[in-house]
Amino acid sequence: MFVMDLSQLKKLDVSDLVVELEEISRKCRIDILKMVYRAQAGHPGGSLSEIDLLVALYCTQLRFRVDDPEWSDRDRFILSKGHASPGLYSILSKVGFIKEKDLLSYRELGGICQGHVDMKFTPGVDFSAGSLGMGLSFGLGCALAARLDNSTRNCYVMLGDGEIQEGSVWEAIMASRHHEVGNLKVILDCNRIQNDDFVNTQMRLFDIPKKWSSFGWEVKEIDGHNMNEILDGLNWLKNNNNLPSVLIANTVKGKGISFMENNPKFHGAAPNEEQYKSALIELGVDN
Amino acid sequence: MTELAASRDGYGKALLSMATDEKVIVLEADLGKSTKSCWFREKYPNRTISCGIGEQNMMLVAAGLASSGYRPFASTFAIFTERAFEQVRNGIARPNLPVHICGSHGGTHTGTDGSSAQSIEDIAIYRSLPNMIVMHPCDDNSTEQLTIQLLKQDSPSYTRTARNKTPRIYEINDSRLEIGKGVILREGGDIAIIACGVMVSKSIEAAELLNSIGYDVAVVDMHTIKPIDTDLLDKLSSRYKALITVEDHNIIGGLGGSVAEYLSQKSNTILRRIGVKDRFGESGQAEEMLKLLNISTNDIVDTVVEVISEVK
Ligand SMILES: Cc1ncc(C[n+]2csc(CCOP(=O)(O)OP(=O)(O)O)c2C)c(N)n1
Repeated sequence: MFVMDLSQLKKLDVSDLVVELEEISRKCRIDILKMVYRAQAGHPGGSLSEIDLLVALYCTQLRFRVDDPEWSDRDRFILSKGHASPGLYSILSKVGFIKEKDLLSYRELGGICQGHVDMKFTPGVDFSAGSLGMGLSFGLGCALAARLDNSTRNCYVMLGDGEIQEGSVWEAIMASRHHEVGNLKVILDCNRIQNDDFVNTQMRLFDIPKKWSSFGWEVKEIDGHNMNEILDGLNWLKNNNNLPSVLIANTVKGKGISFMENNPKFHGAAPNEEQYKSALIELGVDN
Repeated sequence: MTELAASRDGYGKALLSMATDEKVIVLEADLGKSTKSCWFREKYPNRTISCGIGEQNMMLVAAGLASSGYRPFASTFAIFTERAFEQVRNGIARPNLPVHICGSHGGTHTGTDGSSAQSIEDIAIYRSLPNMIVMHPCDDNSTEQLTIQLLKQDSPSYTRTARNKTPRIYEINDSRLEIGKGVILREGGDIAIIACGVMVSKSIEAAELLNSIGYDVAVVDMHTIKPIDTDLLDKLSSRYKALITVEDHNIIGGLGGSVAEYLSQKSNTILRRIGVKDRFGESGQAEEMLKLLNISTNDIVDTVVEVISEVK
């Protein structure tokens, strides 16, 4: 089994690191495709848009111990858009929280990889999601707990852009500023598509950075598929310790598989056999 | 061959046939493709209001429309209607505004999405609200017909529909279908099963199996859980020594709870409730979930045999 040696990765200079991370992302995309194809259900679009961010986060930033998933001083990562679980399961298997063969249990009865991420089933998962708009409030709780514990651990929360239409997200944004939780760090996967259609047809969000900064947060925008920008962005997030901060990552839903890219149909649908085969080829797998 | 159909399609069709009434307004929360309100949206975009992923807002927008003389039909997954429970309670049920809520993908039958999407408490919570009508029809045709009947109601309602296809039970425009009136789908001398939603076809399947081994079992479709059909319950409890309720819902507070509450006041009839035994589900195919939670056809068969031997 392929489990990365993170300490080796951390020694690389940036250009070599970028090459390594891009290769890990490619492998994760293959996992995502296989999981959704095998289950004939699930959410490929938002998994493919988030994966470059997750790979960089797990490989370069997060503090955790795979042999002790419950370690109380670990950084927390909350995938609030819990439907995009194949992306998270894939990186959890790469860093060693779960085994590669566990990925086969995605959406299966008795499997540890549930349809939506679930902290009761999967080592390394910090929140049971599936209902949108809940993760940031939970993350604020984790961040406040870290402060009460005098711990330097951070809490990262990933949100979807459709998801921030939920009003409760803005309650949490307001409360996080009020409580000045510098250890709370949000990554927004801004792929411009939600369940039924493009965000702009469902509920326009207008100027997201402006909205967020008007709530008193630190805000930075990046290209969520450019590894150099991601690494810079994550460093920026990490070093913002006075106020809550959000990294707005502009991404492409379905990124890496041409017929899924920017296509609302692949929010929550599996490819058929023909599509699966052509996607594998695109991802560099020769069968 | 029995045809298969999903009750959520009946909701979509009902909206289309009600469209001639200009007061009908459809509200969505980014799940129109799933609840099937998308069919209405396609034809009547001006009377479809997108609320984004914002269920709490949607319920009160619907309440405002209802107070202004419109007939709003708002839908999302059953589980996400619950996100707006207090809005429904205080903004819809309390002022008794005719907002009609449809929660699709209800129950564990919805399958591999896992426990976060499997509502097993929706019927119980809406049933506990004064003024609410609560329904869980068993197929597309009955869902369509009962949803259309909602238009004549002056009270709010909650209707659970299901995602997956199950055997079609009713013909189009079946004269037996009326809100608040259960339907005896199958007569039988030994015992009666009272079921709702996806468990109606399972109960019929069980009754057929039981028939082949010598048991004569009646099956009732109790599509309206509130107001529960007390006339029918009186009739059944005087005719049978035992009744069995079957639902894809927690045994607390749903169809079984409703029947138990009524029977406990006046009858000596034994009641056995088949349902989810106060636990959450997990990812799995619909049939696997029913087995895991002991609410499959075989579980119904076993329970019937057991209960009949007890009351003999
Ligand atoms: C409260 C709630 N309402 C509705 C849904 C159904 N749903 C699942 S995913 C989704 C769209 C999410 O869009 P976005 O947050 O942009 O995620 P991404 O595009 O990254 O997949 C919806 C509406 C849900 N999971 N939770």
